[in-house]
This record gives sequence, structure tokens and C-alpha cells, in this order.
Amino acid sequence: MLIFTLRRIAYTIPIMLGVSLVCFALVHISPGDPLVSILPPDASVDLQQQLMAIYGFDRSYPEQFIRWLSRALQGDLGNSIATGRPVTSEVMNAVGNTLILAVTATIIGFTFGGLFGFVAGFFRDSWIDKLASTLAVVGVSVPHYWLGMVLVIVFSVELGWFPATGAGPGGSSQWSWDWDHLRHLVLPAVTMSVIPMGIVARTVRALVADILQQEFVTGLRAKGLLDRGVLAHVIKNAAPTALAVMGLQLGYLLGGSILIETVFSWPGTGFLLGQAIFQRDLPLLQGTILVLAMFFVILNLVVDVVQSALDPRLQRG
Amino acid sequence: MAVAQTDFDTLATADKPQGYWRGVGRRFLRDKVAVAAACVAGGMILMAVFAPWVAPQDPFQGTMIRRLSPIGSEGYPLGADELGRDMLSRLIYGARLSLFMGVTPVLIAFLIGSAIGIAAGYAGGWVNSIIMRVLDVFYAFPSVLLAIAISGALGAGILNGLLSLTVVFIPPIARVAESVTTSVRKLEYIEAAVASGASAFTIVRVHVLGNVLGPIFVYATSLISVSMILAAGLSFLGLGVSPPNPEWGLMLNTLRNAIYVQPWLAALPGVMIFLTSISFNMLSDGLRSAMDIKQ
Repeated sequence: MLIFTLRRIAYTIPIMLGVSLVCFALVHISPGDPLVSILPPDASVDLQQQLMAIYGFDRSYPEQFIRWLSRALQGDLGNSIATGRPVTSEVMNAVGNTLILAVTATIIGFTFGGLFGFVAGFFRDSWIDKLASTLAVVGVSVPHYWLGMVLVIVFSVELGWFPATGAGPGGSSQWSWDWDHLRHLVLPAVTMSVIPMGIVARTVRALVADILQQEFVTGLRAKGLLDRGVLAHVIKNAAPTALAVMGLQLGYLLGGSILIETVFSWPGTGFLLGQAIFQRDLPLLQGTILVLAMFFVILNLVVDVVQSALDPRLQRG
Repeated sequence: MAVAQTDFDTLATADKPQGYWRGVGRRFLRDKVAVAAACVAGGMILMAVFAPWVAPQDPFQGTMIRRLSPIGSEGYPLGADELGRDMLSRLIYGARLSLFMGVTPVLIAFLIGSAIGIAAGYAGGWVNSIIMRVLDVFYAFPSVLLAIAISGALGAGILNGLLSLTVVFIPPIARVAESVTTSVRKLEYIEAAVASGASAFTIVRVHVLGNVLGPIFVYATSLISVSMILAAGLSFLGLGVSPPNPEWGLMLNTLRNAIYVQPWLAALPGVMIFLTSISFNMLSDGLRSAMDIKQ
């Protein structure tokens, strides 16, 4: 187990390097002189030279990359052009809000998706199986930003039950788990949960159907075990994979929340990214993407390690 | 050979490629959902091609008096948008850019990704390792984030949008191509071809391509649905297509401000994205089961 974990970590390090290289390249693929795209048009000569020194644009690319990376490792991702504040603190503030949204959405999606998939896999080819399969296809095919708009139309504009935008009183930095804040969470979280719901339902259905066909289940049945008893065995066998899918989905939601956060003006990383793109705030764009991608890589690592701890057979692969 | 053998096509598929495709066609036609999906997707494509003939009005010409006319107005069956342009015509014309933006990246990524994946799978060894590790880096980004990162850095524009989506889809396609090619590479007839002195290029062309392109293609079709949603999403964010061009994602974006005035009008472009995306998804599912490809 320890060897597996160490090997998996060793494998992650080059990936992280590659990811930071891609993020570093983002500023350089943007059209024009990188300094021009980083500076506001009315920048003073003083500021230009200051930034020139920070980014070291006069040096070679490898040198620039190493300097940028060593700053990033110390938690310095530069300053935002629009606000002048350090990117790191902006991103960390937003990550918390995105986590609240993504974790809630994952829990909703996993609960309902898992339940649906389980029942569908247990009663294959029944009406509930067909319904679950249809819902799964709808879940992965629906443009979620549009679904968000539709939910706003129904529940905010027409019915007025939930607020359409924002994260409640206190704005972006003062979240608490009371009703005033939770009301704002309902619509974005439900919208976001549709994606993992479809995928989890699909996976769990296939898993359960597959496990039920295995010989040990026939053995359990032959032994006289009731459906209820078989159920426990199926759950135990399906859990590691299902949990892994859930972990990965959380990662996708963290990284992919930009469209939903834009619809609901949710003050998370996606909203920050939207602002960064709109104002061509490249340090902010670069920093946010770096942090989100690193989150995703680390989450992948954790999921792999946890999954192999739950299911030691995987360590052989 | 036609009539008598069709009943035994399952027996004949193993050695007769024509029989295989006939079987695929028959199985596909029997799948009602897939056929319906193919009709919707085909209808969208026809609508895009024949937009100037189908659309009742000019999609760029609006009158301010008609701003945000509700659905069912006289002469504006689906209402008018925030600049008084006919919604129906804009939705019809929108199929052009939306489909183009959604399908093209997958097509290009299919060509490039297959080439990379087949090369990696056939070469094996350290060449394979290097290619796959590089792809792993792009895999480490959630697809939405990568698309937005690249087109965000490049700025708005159709070409930048296409480019960023293509980059997103190359790694998954290459990965599938690699795994299919690796499994074909181990088969005995490849070994026989190597032993008989055929060059790597000939072996890939004659023996590998025919066996791997089907599964890769089916996988690529399943990405069209994602690509449609992402492409429209980029325009929705203000990247990708720019106004006044009719494109469904962009239309959603500009109509979003009218959500309190004409809520259901504002939601219309999304219906088109959803319909296209779900029909491509079901089409791909149908193809997969008709071609009997396990995933």
C-alpha cells in the first residue's frame, strides 16, 4: 500500500510540472507582447519596468518559467491587473465558495444518481431502469448553463421561491449555513448536480448489473440468502468504483463551475475566471487556472489512493 | 449472395466485411431511439445548410419597435430578440455556426488524435510512454477549464474557440486510439505481417486502420454532444462567436438580460442546443450498440 502510494505520488509530480508549464504558457500564447496583455493600456513606465522585473520577460523562457514556478511554490501568483490585489488571496477566497457549491452539488448528484442507478441495475429492463437510463442521457446532454437559466425562470421569475443570483448577505466572503445563505445555494447546486447525477447513475447501474451476474452472487443466492442480504454484498463491491467516480466528478465540477457561476453570479473561482477573461486580467486567469488544475490533480491522486485502499486488487495493476 | 444470406448475416460477419456493415445497418435501423435521434440530427444539419430558404426573415435585420415581442406575435412566431430580430430565423441560422463550432473540433481532433494514438499504440515502448505522459498533462485539466483557459488567453473569436476545443478533444481520442491499437497490435496476424516483412506503415494502413477506426469513430461521435455544449458555452461566456452573428450560445448570453421581461423567449436558444446535443448522444449510443463496441 505504501509503495503503491509512493509510486502514485512520484507519477503525479511530472504531471504537476506539466500542468504548471501549460499555465505558464497561457500568458505567452495570448496575442501580442505578453507585457502589453498584462498591463493596462495607461500603465506608467514605472509600472512597466516593475512588472518587467517580476515576470522577467527579457530573459529566456526556461529561466522565466523557473522564476515564475518558484514564486508560485511560495504562494505568490502575482497581482491582479484589475484590482491590484494579490491573485493568491483572490483565488483562495473564491475557492471556498466554489467548494461549497461543488461539494453540495456532488452530494445531491451522488445520492440521487446512486439511488437511481442502483435500483435500475437491480431491476434491469424494468420501467424504472428505462427511466433511469433516459434521465442519465438527459443529464449528460443538457447544457447546464441553460438548465440554470430555466430554473431561474421557473423558481425565481415565475414562482419567486428562490433568489436568482448571488451568495446571500455579506457577499462573497461571509458564508454561513443559515437559511438566508442556503436559499441562494439551492438553484446553483441543483443545476450543478445534474451532471454528476447522470454519470453516477450510469456507472452504478452498469456496476450493479455486472456484479449481479458474477458467480459469487449466484453462490450467495444458492446458499439461501435473501435479496436483502445480496444487496449488502453488491453495495460493498460497487462502493469503491462509485466513490472514485464521485471524487472525480467533484474535481470536474470544481474546474467546470464557470458557466454555472456566471449564470448565478456565484462568487467562486468560475466567476473570478469570467471576470479575468472579460477584463483580460491574465495573471488572475493564469493563477486561478493553476490552482484549479492542481486541485484536480491532487484530487485524482487522493481518489486513486483511497480507491486502492478500499479495493486492494487495484494495487496490482 | 444478397437475399439468401441476409438471414444468416450473424454467421457471415466474421469473414465478410460487407456483411458486417449490412448487419450494423440492420441493427441500427431496428433501434427506434437511434433512428429518431439520427432524424433530429440530420434535420438540424439540413436546416443549417438550407437556412436562407427555410428562414422566414433576415436574421440580422431588426426593428426596435418589435424588441422582445413575445412568442406567438403576428409575423414573429417565436417572438423577437432584444434588437427586434425574428427569433425563428435567428434560431434557424444559428444552426450554421453552432453546428460548425460543435462538430469541427471533434473532426479535427479525430484526425489528429487517431494519428497520435495509433502511432503510440503501434510503436509501443518508450515512444508510447512519452506520448501518453504528455497527453496525461492535458488530461489533468477538467475539459471545461482547459477550453476556457485556452480561449480565455487567446481572446474571443471563432478560430480561437475552435482551436481550444480541438486541444481539449485530442487527448481523450488519442487515449482511446492508443488502447484499441495496443490490443490489435498483440494479435497474431500482425505478428505474421511483421514476419512476412511488411513495413510498419503498410501494416498500419492494411491491418490496423480497418480494425481501430470504427471504435475510435464511435467514441468521437459521443464527444460531439459535449463539444456542442462546450462550444455554445464559450460563446455564452463571450468567447467564441461574437455579435451580431446568430449562434445559440451567444443568443442565450444576450437574451439573458431579458429574463425578467420575456423569460421563455430567453430560454429558446438553449432548447436548440439541448435537442442537438441529446440527439447526437443517442445517435452515438445507437451506433455503439449496432457496431457492438464495448466501452
